[in-house]
Formats: sequence, C-alpha cells, structure tokens
Amino acid sequence: MNRYPLWKYIIVGIALLAGSLYTLPNFFGEVPAVQVAPIRTTEKVDATLMAKVESTLTQNGVTADGLTLDERGIKVRLPDTDTQLKAKDVLQQQLGNQYTVALNLLPASPGWLSSLGALPMYLGLDLRGGVYFLLQVDMPKALEKAADRYQSDIRSQLREQKIRYSGLSLEGDTLRMRFRDEAMLQQAQEMIDGLYPDLMLARGQVGEEFTLTATLREQARKKTQEDALQQNLTTLRNRVNELGVAEPVIQQQGTDRIVVQLPGVQDTAKAKEILGRTATLEVRMVEEEAMQDPVRMEAAARGQVPFATEYYLERNGAPILVKKAVVLTGEYITDAQPGFDNNGQAAVHINLDGRGARIFKNVTRENVGKRMAILLIEKSRTEVVTAPVIREEIGGGRVQITGMDSTEEAKDVALLLRAGALAAPMEIVEERTVGPSLGKENISKGFNSTLVGFALIAAFMVVYYRGFGLVSVFALATNMFLLIAVLSMLQATLTLPGIAGIALTLGMAIDANVIIAERIREELRLGNSPQASIAAGYERAWDTILDANITTLIAGFALFWLGSGPVRGFAVTLCLGILTSLFSSVVVSRAAVNLSYGRIKRLTKVSI
Amino acid sequence: MELFHLTRDIPFMRWARTTIFFSLVAIIGSIALLATKGLNLGVDFTGGTVMEVGYPNTADLEAIRLQLTRAGHGDAQVQNFGTSKDVLIRLPVKAGVTSAQLSEKVINILRAADPNTELRRVEFVGPQVGSELFEDGALALLVVSIGVVIYLAIRFEWRFAAGAIFATSHDIFIVLGIFSLFQWEFSLTVLAAILAILGYSVNDTVVVFDRIRENFRKTRSNDIAAIMDNAKTATLSRTVITSGTTLLMVLAMLFLGGEVLYGFALALSLGIIVGTYSSVLVASPIVLWLGVSREDFIKPPKTETGAMV
Repeated sequence: MNRYPLWKYIIVGIALLAGSLYTLPNFFGEVPAVQVAPIRTTEKVDATLMAKVESTLTQNGVTADGLTLDERGIKVRLPDTDTQLKAKDVLQQQLGNQYTVALNLLPASPGWLSSLGALPMYLGLDLRGGVYFLLQVDMPKALEKAADRYQSDIRSQLREQKIRYSGLSLEGDTLRMRFRDEAMLQQAQEMIDGLYPDLMLARGQVGEEFTLTATLREQARKKTQEDALQQNLTTLRNRVNELGVAEPVIQQQGTDRIVVQLPGVQDTAKAKEILGRTATLEVRMVEEEAMQDPVRMEAAARGQVPFATEYYLERNGAPILVKKAVVLTGEYITDAQPGFDNNGQAAVHINLDGRGARIFKNVTRENVGKRMAILLIEKSRTEVVTAPVIREEIGGGRVQITGMDSTEEAKDVALLLRAGALAAPMEIVEERTVGPSLGKENISKGFNSTLVGFALIAAFMVVYYRGFGLVSVFALATNMFLLIAVLSMLQATLTLPGIAGIALTLGMAIDANVIIAERIREELRLGNSPQASIAAGYERAWDTILDANITTLIAGFALFWLGSGPVRGFAVTLCLGILTSLFSSVVVSRAAVNLSYGRIKRLTKVSI
Repeated sequence: MELFHLTRDIPFMRWARTTIFFSLVAIIGSIALLATKGLNLGVDFTGGTVMEVGYPNTADLEAIRLQLTRAGHGDAQVQNFGTSKDVLIRLPVKAGVTSAQLSEKVINILRAADPNTELRRVEFVGPQVGSELFEDGALALLVVSIGVVIYLAIRFEWRFAAGAIFATSHDIFIVLGIFSLFQWEFSLTVLAAILAILGYSVNDTVVVFDRIRENFRKTRSNDIAAIMDNAKTATLSRTVITSGTTLLMVLAMLFLGGEVLYGFALALSLGIIVGTYSSVLVASPIVLWLGVSREDFIKPPKTETGAMV
C-alpha cells in the first residue's frame, strides 16, 4: 500500500541530488577579483588581451589565482583584497584609459561546480551594497528639442525659398508661423508638407495675419521619445563604463524611465555626480556685433538681450552674448581626451564624426576670425566652457578646446564629452543606496533569523510528531535546498525581502506536513490500521494542501506582477517556495515514509 | 505529544454572534482609526529622503539635530535606529533640490562635525514614484482579492468565497488599524507583508472550509452548524500548530532580522494571530448566515483533482 514504484524513488533521488548540488555554490562565499573590459564595446576581448593582463601582473609581482575570459571581459581572481587593490592600480596604469578596471567579487566555488552550471545566487544591492537609481527622462523637453531643430530648419528653408513670413515662434513643442499674405502661407505649407512629413499643419487667422501651426504627429512624437530614451540609455552606459563598475544594470523601465543599478560601488557620491550630470554640449557662435556696443551689453546684463541671443558670463567673469542657433551638439563627438596644448596648458582633444567634421569645417571656414562658444548645459545652468577665436578652417574633425583651469578639469570635461550628450534631461526619482557594511549585516541577519526559525520549527516538529516529525523536518530541509537550488539555477537576485520570502515559505511549508500528520492521527484514532492510515492521511490531505497553496500562489503572482523592487524579490521566492514545498512536503516526505514503513508487513505502530 | 485531545466537538458556532460582534467592532474601530489618524506612511509612499548613518560611538542626537537645523534642515527628523550608534534621518521632499544633492549635503554637514560618520543607507523616493507605489499596492490588494474570490467560488461555492474574503478583509483591516493606532511606519515591505497575510489568511480559512465541504458530503445531517463545528474541531490542532510554526519563523525574523525586516515581521505576526482567529471564528458563520446548504455540494459529482502522487 505504501510503496512507491522505483521510478518515483529515482525522481526523488535526482531532485535531492540536484537540489544539493545547485545549492552548494552558495556556501563557498566569494573571492576578490579584478575585471578588465574595453571601454568601447566594439573592441574585442580575446586571448591577446588576456596574455597582456597576465604578463602585466607577473611583471609587477602580483600573483593571480586564475584568469577567466568571457564575453564581458577578463576576470582575475586574487587571494586577498590588498592584492586586489594592487592589481587594479597596476592594470589601470599599464592598460591605459581604453579599458575599465573594476573591482569585483567572484564565486569561490570549485571549478567542477561552475562547469556544471552550478553558480551561486546573485546578491541584490541590499545584500552586497551598491546604488540603485530610477531616472525619469524629461519627455516634454525631448519634444521641445525636436521642435527646436525643426524651427531652425524651417527658418532657413523659408529664407532660402524666399517665402516671406512675419514671425516664427516656438511655444512648448508647437511651432507657430505668421504670414501677412495668404499666398506665402500656401507656399510655406506646401514646402513643409513636402519636406517634413512628420509635422502636422493647421491653418488659422489672427486679425490681419495668417498663421500656420506645426506640431509633431503622434507617430513622430513616439519615435522622438523612444529615440531620446535610447540615446540616454547609451549615454548612461558610457558614463557607467567610465565609473568602472563590475556588473552594472542599466535598463529601460516603462516608456520614460531608466533603472541603473551599480553593485558594490563604494563612492556613491562620485557615482551620483557622474550619472546625475545631465550635461549636454553645444557649440554656438558668439554675437560679436552686439558685444562691441557697451549700451547693448549693459541692457543685456539687465535681461534685455538682443534677438536670438543669450547672455552668459565666461569663466573669467567676462560677459558674453551667444547666438541661440546651435552649430553642433555633443552627439557628433566620437572621442574626447584630456591633454595639453602647444603652450603646455591643459586642454581637451575632441574627435568629431564625419557629419560633425563637415559641419565644423564649413562653420570654421565661414567664420575665421570670429569667436565660437562651447557651452556645457546642465539642468538649470549653462556654462561657457571656452569661447576661442577661430584662427583657421578646421577640417578632419580634430578639435582642441583650450582654456582649462587644470588637468583635473580637462579630465572631467573630456569624460563628460566622451560620455556623450543626453537627448533630454533626466531626474533621479528614486534612489536606494546601501553601504557595503550594512549589506554584510543584512545577509547575516537574514541568514541567522531563518536558521533560528528553522531550528525552532524542527525542534517542535520532532517533539510533537516524533518519527513523522523527523520526516517532516527532512522534507522541510529538502524544500529549502530545492528552493535555493531553483533560485540559483534561475540566477535570481537574492534580496533581503527575498530571504524573508524564503523564511516565510519555510514557515508555511510545514503546514502541509502538519495537515498530513493530523490526518494520519485521525485515521489511527478511528481504528484504522497504521498502513491504511498513512495512505488515507496523504490522500485526503492532498486536496486541502492544493487549495490552500493555490490561494497563496495567487497572492504571490499578483505581488510579482504589480510589485516593484523589494516586493518583487519577496514575491519570486514566495511563489517558487510554494511550488517546491508542494513537491517536498508531499512527494519527498511520502517517499521517506514509504521507505521506512512501507516495507514492514505487519506494522503495528507508527511514530506520530 | 498532542495538544488537543478533543473527544467532543467544540461549539464554535454557538459563539458566532459574540465573535462576529467583536470582529465587527474591531473592523469598525480600525476603519475609524484609518480615517482619523491614518497610516504613518513611510518614505516609499510619501516621497522624501531617508538616510541611515553610523557612528563609531553613541550618537548624540541633539547635536545632530542642531547641526542640521543650522544648515537649514530644521525639518529633518532624527532618531536612533536599532542601536544607539545608528541614526536615521528623514527629510521631506524639497522642491528644486534633487536627492543626490540633498543626501550629499547632509552627509557633508555630519562629516564636518564628525569625520567618522559612515553613510550606511540612502533611500530617496520622488513624490510621483511614491504615489505610484501606493496605487500599485492598492491595485495588488484588489487583484489578489478578486483572484481568490474567483478561485474559491469555482472550487467551493460563492458563499464560501464571500466568507473567506470577509474573514481576510477583517484581518487586513485589523492589522492596518493596529498600525494606525500605534503609528508604526507603513513601508513597502509592510505592504508586502499585508499581501502575504492575505494569502496566509485565505490559506488558513480554506483548510477549514475544505473539511466543512468534506463533512457535507459525508454526513446526512442537516444541522449545518454542527457540521461546521465538527470540521473546525477536527482541524483545530492543525490550525493552531501551523500558525504556531509560521509564527516561530516570523518571530525569529522579528527579533533577529534587523530593522529592515522588523516592520514586515511585525505585520505578519499580527496577521497570523488575527488570521487564525478569523479562519476559525469569523469565516464560517458568514457562510452559514448566507444560507449555505448541504445540497450545494451534493448535486455536482465529486471532482477529484488527479490521482494521488
């Protein structure tokens, strides 16, 4: 009656084996490591680089415990944190700034386990320390920027085609044109319709004047927003690369948000500064004519700036008037490096892409002897980095910005330029930073409380149900191993709420065994034979267990679906825990009971 | 060992009027508390900044308050967190100041006074995100409730679904009421706990219901109250033991899990206690009063969910 066919025992055996095998890596802890990766994703990570890393280390007297090569870079295992820091410094010096060298932790589990694909769970930020940011992309700004580009394009087209207009203005992301005569309006409408299919036009009339308003079509708006998000994602990736974080996560969330997770970042202030810098770079011409006139400059200082210009102060405090029209933006920059100019002053060397180089060449050719301003625009602040005089036509896309205060500054500006521009400003709308020591504390607290809870439950079960209690504890332990094994196989991220989920599932998983045990006791009380009672107990309990667990599973799914961050981690472990507990508390415990009691022909007593 | 050696059914249903009365008073009291005092919503929902800083020695809260007030952060709440060396600082959302700037500013102020100040944790939630998290949480509660009602209505009967959801709402209102009464902080993890209570409480109720259904099918008696009493007595041992073991785990978390899990474990402990009460004493009277009868379960042929493994 209480016998399993062999295949069932085999399944249970395999599950136990796999469970312990895949749980194992989590107990080995981690070893310090250094990770080397090229800054540009186009560059290949190959054996040559690995050999270079290895020889650099041995030359400098650093003995590594091992090197591994994967698609993300080269990972060097090191015996302790001192060596790790030394290795990082050495590699950073020797390899130069084409590579990021980041501190990392690697699982310390033996190679044969890793080769079986048995890897430890990934620890969440609350357990290993690090920074989590949720950034909101300012979409109205992105649309405004797009409309702004159309405005300057349309203005030059209207001029080129000699279409006379009396006004051209931008309100938010709506472009408004005014004409004195209807024929001109008609011409303008035809021109725009032909050239810019993304714009939707509407005619109107205000007093004597005819108006034409242009707005982006819904599709184009969507496209603009998607592009803006993608560009910001790329920019953030570049910036994070500069930070040298081992395993960063940069993902889109929803339509206008970006999640950034930087595990193990110690200097959170620096991370915030670099990510939070929503700087864009613009090259514009200086309005020199008006600057010659002290009266107009004084008016400008009071806020009455000449048409289509903006008033700023240079670094040395000198006032400057800059045209609103943008010559070039940071998008065209392919590389920027700190360096020195011919006079030994700190400078930034910039490389432009083909299109940028062409534009720059034209502009410099037409404006020799005039001044050009390079502006860094951060959230609410625009800074004129420098406003050099154009001495000659600059071709080839190689530009030098001089006038840096220090090499430090040159480095900072270069980093900003290299990291690229953001298509639209972003704002941190959620931030969670956990220091590394708190992370360690969280692990030990979570682990200890689960262990103590488990021990208490085990003690109670054995005292209360004796033999069957022992079986239940075995099933519960199996459940824990299976759950951790499944989480490790899925390479789930373990968080503190996740640990709470594991603990809670363990507390609840014993329920199934309690239901079964109580049922068996009841059957025995009714005078049934021990073997029959065991069989009936398991069978009758199954329906109840299923119903009870499905309702909890519904709660878990909803939590996963609607929850965010910490709640999700909890939901994942809760749901998986219910599934593993169904298997362990019913199948595994039955197998144990069958093995111990099933063979005895005349069973007179059950230890329950 | 046996805690409950019961030879006779406990007349739970005879006490139904009293227990339901108490429950109604508790629910109404909780709703009144929620309406007047409200929940002490944490930074997850209101938006704002929370910083945890560690000092090598006992932290002087007065000095910290003074330093912050001088720097123009008089609105900061400063309190100990866990130990006397750890300090929790709460700052409300300020227009025009980003979290990055704010937390940096504060830590710099504190480091100026004591260079050994360690920044252990920063949580900033923008007001927009906060209200979204709250809405998502409320939606999750609703979705879970609907899902459970549908499942129970299919597996059992609509009256059972109604009874279970009443008992569960009872638990949730009372836990929320207690959180409101003591003005304990209601954070995202507490919300997760509330949803877990929902699952747990229904789980507990379903086990009792399952036995009532089984009894319906077995007996010929039409004394519904007696059938229910029998079912509850038979499952009492299980109900108490399971609640006990789950409570052991949750209490271990409450006392050893640290501050982050404290609110979570606290809500769950309360939920388990109230949930156990309601699954025995609140859920089934509702089912009875809604007019459930044996016939509701006898007509359809018994549907077995697969063979026993």
